[in-house]
Amino acid sequence: MENTELLNVLKMESKQNTKRMSGAQAVVQSIIDEGTNLMFGYPGGAIMPVYDALYDVEDQLTHILTRHEQGAIHAAQGFARATGKVGVCLATSGPGATNLITGIADAQIDSTPIVCITGQVHSHLLGTDAFQETDVIGISMPVTKWNYQVTKAEEIPMAIAKAFYIARSGKPGPVLVDITKDAQFDMLDYEYKPFEGMRSYSPKYPLDLDQVKKAAELINLAKKPLVLFGQGVVLSKAENEFKSFIEKSGIPSAWTIMGLSALDSDHYLNVGMLGMHGNYAPNKMTNECDVLIAVGMRFDDRVTGDLSRYAKQAKVIHLEIDPAEVDKNVKTEVAVLGDAKESLVALTALVDKKEHSNWLNEFRKLEQEEINTVINEELNPTVEELTMGEVIHTINKKTNGEAIIVTDVGQHQMVSCRYAKFRNSRSMITSGGLGTMGFCLPAAIGAKMGMPNKEVIAVIGDGGFQMTIQELGTIFQSKTPVKIVVLNNEFLGMVRQWQELFFEKRYASTTMINPDFQAIVKGYGIETKKVTERKDLNTAVAEMLDHEGAFFLEVKVGKENNVFPMIPTGASVSEIRLK
Amino acid sequence: MKKRYTISVFTEDIVGLLNRVTIIFTRRKINIESIAASESEVENIHRYTIVVTEDEDLVKKVVLQLEKQVEIIRAFYHLDEEIVYQEIALYKVHTAVLAAGKEAEKIVRAHYARVLSVESNFTVLEKTGHKEETQALFNELEPFGILEFVRSGRIAITKPMRTLTSIMDEMENQNKQH
Repeated sequence: MENTELLNVLKMESKQNTKRMSGAQAVVQSIIDEGTNLMFGYPGGAIMPVYDALYDVEDQLTHILTRHEQGAIHAAQGFARATGKVGVCLATSGPGATNLITGIADAQIDSTPIVCITGQVHSHLLGTDAFQETDVIGISMPVTKWNYQVTKAEEIPMAIAKAFYIARSGKPGPVLVDITKDAQFDMLDYEYKPFEGMRSYSPKYPLDLDQVKKAAELINLAKKPLVLFGQGVVLSKAENEFKSFIEKSGIPSAWTIMGLSALDSDHYLNVGMLGMHGNYAPNKMTNECDVLIAVGMRFDDRVTGDLSRYAKQAKVIHLEIDPAEVDKNVKTEVAVLGDAKESLVALTALVDKKEHSNWLNEFRKLEQEEINTVINEELNPTVEELTMGEVIHTINKKTNGEAIIVTDVGQHQMVSCRYAKFRNSRSMITSGGLGTMGFCLPAAIGAKMGMPNKEVIAVIGDGGFQMTIQELGTIFQSKTPVKIVVLNNEFLGMVRQWQELFFEKRYASTTMINPDFQAIVKGYGIETKKVTERKDLNTAVAEMLDHEGAFFLEVKVGKENNVFPMIPTGASVSEIRLK
Repeated sequence: MKKRYTISVFTEDIVGLLNRVTIIFTRRKINIESIAASESEVENIHRYTIVVTEDEDLVKKVVLQLEKQVEIIRAFYHLDEEIVYQEIALYKVHTAVLAAGKEAEKIVRAHYARVLSVESNFTVLEKTGHKEETQALFNELEPFGILEFVRSGRIAITKPMRTLTSIMDEMENQNKQH
């Protein structure tokens, strides 16, 4: 008898902590309880109950209506990359869900924490080819870190808490929760409980001090060490620890485009960009160094060129959170598994204070060669046509490296990565692994909303701009003051460059006959400016930056300019060509 | 050098996880020779046994990709000599064939096959063993006419004496440190 009473008391107490609500309300409340106040999305039939629930909490959770679901997820990515928080997007079933896939794949390969919530048809209709039914769980499985279909309202709080936990922990990534319409309508007793882990998932590996010791020994004996760093430094918020490590050990450091902005562009140990269109010195020296220290990067093929001739002379140390990345592409001498921050702190304590002045000078000599052959002409051209590089150079001078630069994919992306200057981490947002054209405009919207006090400049080619041009409507409606710079060469420039170099100038389907961008952008109520001559560039960039609202600057650049240096496909990093 | 490897995958019991497992193989164009899924000795933990013939380097990478999946607890790979494994095969033949002469009966006896079911028009034989053994019986019965044949995926027990519970304790300790 007493036991029953006790049980009833306990039941009543536990009821006091819960709140009766619909599944849809629980979705929205869970998102708020996870600390999110901004999301991006597009409504439709199967997600309508959640939109209805959003209507009541608009003061706590802002929903930005994009013009396409791809815009919603790229905006969420831009938000996540700029802030380090989880980006959230919402879409309906069927086409709404499938339109997210490109962005999910992009977030997966670039380790961006994203929670996607999709509506699904009523659970009794699953598998019946119902209106707007697609198997989004099946479709998204290869490109999500985790996904889950909810068919019962009471599963919602746990599923969403778990989604946030998985998206942001360990090596971050995109997750998708698919919720049937009946689960959104049904009632549950809601209580927020943060997810605290699961037995099958170890987000971090405990640091192995023996491995750290081995790494330090190699570094202390090295005569010509080289550090390569990637986004891992940013994701583990290890920018300061990274700087302490390289400053103490005196090692020249080169970056992948995902690691760009983690180290001040003008830092004396920053020796530039790796890979296909990277800088001359770090690519050449990769095949000269005796110890290669890779920090939070994954030896992508665009970074390594021909693997069979990549850093064969060097002993490789790999600081990495993901065990599946160790020895995947490059065999390591010492692997230090774990979070970059912890690993760097432990390693810094054990390395000798050193300066590698002669070795660093060798980089500077090669850098001078690149300046003389490529960079001077790109930034201060002697030809009549404008170059992409001089536009970026002009932006640098006016922003002093304080702006967030978001890029699309192609020549302008490589030029932006090569020439934009950065003072702060999380200032370069680009689609690195997947190379998604159309990424930039929506990602810039998300970045600006996440970092409203920062200048956010979207640098886009004329091709990529037209892939998600409809997001001008989002900028118009939400009055987001992003600055848009379209570098217009009336070509799909990077493909054209390859056609010129490797396909005998057979320009198949790369010529763009473009519409009047000025007229289109004006239609969205956005200030515009077009520059066709060098003399107008400075004032136009100044006008753009001084303008309070969104601004569109179109610059006509040389039609057939190429991005150099370049490592042709199949070549070794040391075969990098200056022209 | 390509060798036959048996991959054991321990997972949470979740709908759709098998799909997540197989796409790791298909994405790399690795042919799954056989796959068997069942419960393990620990409640709610499922065990997949997957057989592939590949280079060890690739198998190692696949196992790491498997372990990377959030709901996969652990994955291991072994050579044939490191495991005890077995398959089962069923053969449907005309009962008349077995009744007609001594030849077929001799084959059944020599292979230690079991008779599972005898109907007036057909008989079902069962043989457990390694693939080579079940195949040998198939080859000998073939001249008499086989109406139906089916072989299960390989199931395997590893020789090293590490229990699943000790592996899980280890993981739990590791997670606790963070």
